[in-house]
Amino acid sequence: MTKANINKIVKSIVITGNGTNCEVEMAHACRLAGSDVVDIVHISELLHGEKRLDDYHFLNLPGGFLDGDDLGSAKAGANRIRHATIEGTEEKLYDQMTRFIRDGKLILGVCNGFQLLVKLGLLPGFDGDYLTQTVTLSFNDSGRFEDRWVHLAVNSESPCIYTEGTKCLYLPVRHGEGKFIVRDPSILTRLHKEGRIAVQYSSDKDGSPTMDYPANPNGAIDAIAGICNDTGRIFGLMPHPEAYLHRTNHPRWTREDLPETGMGLIIFQNAIDFIRRQVI
Amino acid sequence: MAHRIEIGFKEGLGDALGTKIKRRISEHLHIPIGDVKTVDVYTIDGSFSYEELTKVAAGPLSDAVIQHYVIDGALADNFDWLIEVGYRPGVTDNVGKTAREAMELLLGRSPDRTFNVHTSRQYLLRGTLGREEAERIATNLLANDLIERYEVVPRQDWDTDKGMTPFVPRVTGADLIRSEEIDLDVNEEALSAISNERVLALTLEEMQILRDYLRDPTVREERKKVGLGAMITDGELECLAQTWSEHCKHKIFNAIIIYDDGEGCTETINSLFKTCIKGSTQQIREKMGAKDLCLSVFVDNAGIIRFNENYSLVFKVETHNSPSALDPYGGALTGIVGVNRDPFGTGYGAKLIFNTDVFCFAPPDYDKTLPKRILHPRRIYEGVREGVEHGGNKSGIPTINGCLIFDERFLGKPLVYCGTGGIMPAMIQGKPTHTKEICPGDLIVMTGGRIGKDGIHGATFSSEELHEGSPVTAVQIGDPITQKKMTDFLLKARDLGLYRCITDNGAGGLSSSVGETAQLSGGCDLDLKCAPLKYPGLNPWEILISESQERMTLAIDPVRIDAFLALAAKMDVEATVLGKYTDSGVFHVRYGNSTVAYLRMDFLHNGLPQMNLRARWSPPRREEPVFPPPADTGQALKQMLSRLNICSKESVVRQYDHEVQGGSVVKPLVGAMNDGPSDAAVIRPLLDTYEGIVVANGICPRYSDIDAYHMAACAIDEAVRNAIATGASLDHLAGLDNFCWCDPVQSEKTPDGEYKLAQLVRANKAVYDYTIAYGVPCISGKDSMKNDYAIDNTRISIPPTLLFSVIGKIADVRQAVTMDAKRAGDIVYVLGETRNEMGASEWYALHGYVGNTCPRVDAEKAKRLYTALARAIGKGLVASCHDCSDGGLGVALAETAFAGGLGMEIDLAMVPQEGIDRDDYLLFSESQSRFVATVSPDHQKEFEEILRGEDSNPSPVAYAAVGEITASPFLSLRGTTREILMMESIADLKAAWQKTLS
Repeated sequence: MTKANINKIVKSIVITGNGTNCEVEMAHACRLAGSDVVDIVHISELLHGEKRLDDYHFLNLPGGFLDGDDLGSAKAGANRIRHATIEGTEEKLYDQMTRFIRDGKLILGVCNGFQLLVKLGLLPGFDGDYLTQTVTLSFNDSGRFEDRWVHLAVNSESPCIYTEGTKCLYLPVRHGEGKFIVRDPSILTRLHKEGRIAVQYSSDKDGSPTMDYPANPNGAIDAIAGICNDTGRIFGLMPHPEAYLHRTNHPRWTREDLPETGMGLIIFQNAIDFIRRQVI
Repeated sequence: MAHRIEIGFKEGLGDALGTKIKRRISEHLHIPIGDVKTVDVYTIDGSFSYEELTKVAAGPLSDAVIQHYVIDGALADNFDWLIEVGYRPGVTDNVGKTAREAMELLLGRSPDRTFNVHTSRQYLLRGTLGREEAERIATNLLANDLIERYEVVPRQDWDTDKGMTPFVPRVTGADLIRSEEIDLDVNEEALSAISNERVLALTLEEMQILRDYLRDPTVREERKKVGLGAMITDGELECLAQTWSEHCKHKIFNAIIIYDDGEGCTETINSLFKTCIKGSTQQIREKMGAKDLCLSVFVDNAGIIRFNENYSLVFKVETHNSPSALDPYGGALTGIVGVNRDPFGTGYGAKLIFNTDVFCFAPPDYDKTLPKRILHPRRIYEGVREGVEHGGNKSGIPTINGCLIFDERFLGKPLVYCGTGGIMPAMIQGKPTHTKEICPGDLIVMTGGRIGKDGIHGATFSSEELHEGSPVTAVQIGDPITQKKMTDFLLKARDLGLYRCITDNGAGGLSSSVGETAQLSGGCDLDLKCAPLKYPGLNPWEILISESQERMTLAIDPVRIDAFLALAAKMDVEATVLGKYTDSGVFHVRYGNSTVAYLRMDFLHNGLPQMNLRARWSPPRREEPVFPPPADTGQALKQMLSRLNICSKESVVRQYDHEVQGGSVVKPLVGAMNDGPSDAAVIRPLLDTYEGIVVANGICPRYSDIDAYHMAACAIDEAVRNAIATGASLDHLAGLDNFCWCDPVQSEKTPDGEYKLAQLVRANKAVYDYTIAYGVPCISGKDSMKNDYAIDNTRISIPPTLLFSVIGKIADVRQAVTMDAKRAGDIVYVLGETRNEMGASEWYALHGYVGNTCPRVDAEKAKRLYTALARAIGKGLVASCHDCSDGGLGVALAETAFAGGLGMEIDLAMVPQEGIDRDDYLLFSESQSRFVATVSPDHQKEFEEILRGEDSNPSPVAYAAVGEITASPFLSLRGTTREILMMESIADLKAAWQKTLS
């Protein structure tokens, strides 16, 4: 399908199956943010060629436990995307994904979706290498899965298009494997230098990045909570923006004056607006 | 041949699991220990080249950034003891299954190459340990001997070059498939022996009924036609044992009971279930008339009520006590994924939207000698917690609330209550979804997991006490991802109308799921040879009753079968046709061409006569406590806040995802620092409406030490008042009754059976009285009647326990209220009357007493208060509201203050009370139907007007303004003498509350 055929209609896809579990609220977020078409697509529909990534602009990889995270978070899921072929063809799902990136389209991975992006090598994706894994997300220092709300400091220098116009965010983390680790120090240096670190766990007191538990819930190095690729169009983060779409999602909504719309929605609005402005 | 791939963390990188194990070794086992490292081991039972294995190890099995691997070698180095733990043959290995699938995808699937992957884990310990200590670490912490095997290797016996020899836990056994026939025409002794030896849990009388059935000449004639003789087949015997088990048939709840109330009155109760539970619901529904919210009660796997015009709600709570006693992790995991299938298999099938869990354990710091075969309570606590964590989190269902109860008697059996709610469209494809139908000719289809020997005799086993010979196979390990894949598929099939009927495979496996649904058509013809097996060697009867997890049974119109199977194949879910439903009147089971069971449906389901039981009540008389009031009330309050039944459960709550699905409104932890204990959960199941659901639980086993009637009444009141405190109203509230009892059948081993049965009768009478009084119908329930431990001369019975769970609708979630104090200057109210009801309270327990006067619920007054309070909350007049339960007013006031990060000045003399002359009793009495509420002075007038109600009211609601919220962070109490009784900083109170289980 050519760009002209899409007709300025923003189309979002949320991939589900094999253990994802945040697809409904992620699709809801896309809809609230103004996406004209939002499809929750089971991975089997992609693998059977019934749906194609090429027909969408915004790819959402939701949280969950792909294959139970049995081989390490998203490991078996990454193996599937990397090696599974589309029924009756030689094409791999991964080919559709790299083409999606080449076309300048947007990918958002949350929690397990972030783990998937990292383990596929799509993030940080230095120098257009989308095959080599250079960072990872490993077990929390606490050794526990935890559900708690965290403050995030947004890096204004980052090319990340999703966080544009925001300074801080307050969102829940819900994971057991969220500790960000790099292969070697040069990777970390480069992440900093290129502004790839879009969001960091921060102290609720002064908003600065922190290594203190529980503000930094997993011991991530340099408090890294989310990173993006060089164009800022691929973004992955551990906290869940789709879990805070309405003020009643906030843990203290009964005691604080809060805007009707939750803070997580901006991530999706920025994505949809960007697509309308620059992708279509 | 078998290969080993070992995967470990690179040098210098943390090993979070190793660190956690190290902490547990030193803190729980008190063994001094150095570093602990872990190595994951994949044993691959198949032929692969080194290149292929490298591809697998470097690809899906390891993370190159942090891990390294070795193929057919050893990573272990620099340790003093090595302990490797793996599963025993036949135990579900979820990780192994995922690894095999990943390998197939990576290397290509080939029919010539079948292989399996088995996982194990090495723990490398540093430290000067002896063998005895290493063995203790293996058996008391790392491995559960029942399902796992382990090897302990000291450094000096280790050869790095050789490493560990691959061990494959292959299921071996007779490949000969056989059906056995058992002669029941034998004497009584021999009949009983058959039941005992086969773990059938059938009584002599029941065995005699089977014998007599087979003696019937017309039955013999019918059997002859299908090639069966006069003897019963193993398939028939096992199937009947499942269907007639206490677990499936609720024999005690359906019994005829002669109840003697101990004061000379005797009455005959024809089924507690029919009279007290179903009877009350029926009355409530009639009274509600057009406003009746029930759609399906007591007939399906779960109850169904209306949510709004377009959607219905489904709710069920189950227990999984016996398996959790043997294997806490697997038992509890199976408990949660098992109860998930109940709402999923109710009506036409519901999407699962919340879990709620209640656990009852012995204290984790138990330090006396453990009776034989009992795991340490801490292990049970940790294992159950983790099992439910994995089951709930991986299924993507939020665990929205729950509670933990501690009592030493739960050593005998822990109680693991798992509840799940679902939502479904009221109509699908033009048909109502809350009913079930099956037509003769519909195909019997099983989907999901395969069948193994796991879980055989689960139903009959849980109908017995825990004893020496409790079977290993009774334990299963659930696989949430296989189930998630299946439920994703079945929801699609549901919306396309591809099946006619759905039910789950739980206790009793196919024999129950097919046996029960076959009643809808009038019979079945089931071929067990078609069933997909995990491994060969299962006998037909084992296939029939296996409780292997993640399976649903469906009835499918033959015209839709191709579409159904195609969708299943596409979504990678196994689905198999196993036969068809008929109207033959017969439960007919074949293995290929040979019949393995041929039973009349009527006999199978109605052949069991009612039990006749006797119950005799005599109220226990206990010593009246004598102890002086505390010299330091602040200290006493802190002691109370630290008690296991009162303290913060945050460490557990945080490990459950309570927000997935995006509809979280009132979380289990609320307040200024997100750490206050909320009373009930509120969620929005549909993200485009403000209509919401309130879910709450009530449970108070201690009160049954005095009178199970009041125990049950208080459980109901607690559940209802928790829901009310958060914003529910009595108009749209339904309940689930879930009884866990100790064996109430009088026998040689249970000499006090008549008393325990009287407790059951009394609890049921309370369910009847209070559900009717509140107009809250029970829509489903469950009972687990054999929660005892009996080995050698030790017998431990749990305290009789009713968990009452409620589900309600809140019209607009923005009206929900949380328990934390909101603003300085708000007025603090105590609603409801405090009475001298100290019996079985936490305050008495702290002093080692039980006493005689436990709280009693005055339903009339309570109902008036709940109605008024719901109105006030609906009008937005209430800033915070917290229920008073364990630890009474003192605890509720402290929690309200510290959750809000604010202080309080309280005058206890103002508290509405009756018959109390001690401040400590006023503070810690657990009188029911009370709240601490805070209200802004702007709303005071209107709030009080609503509470006062009509002037003509003969029994007004008790309430009083007792103080004020302060910015100064101290809880200050003035006693009845108007002297300052205590003044404590809220930080200290909170610290006391948080330290116990942190």
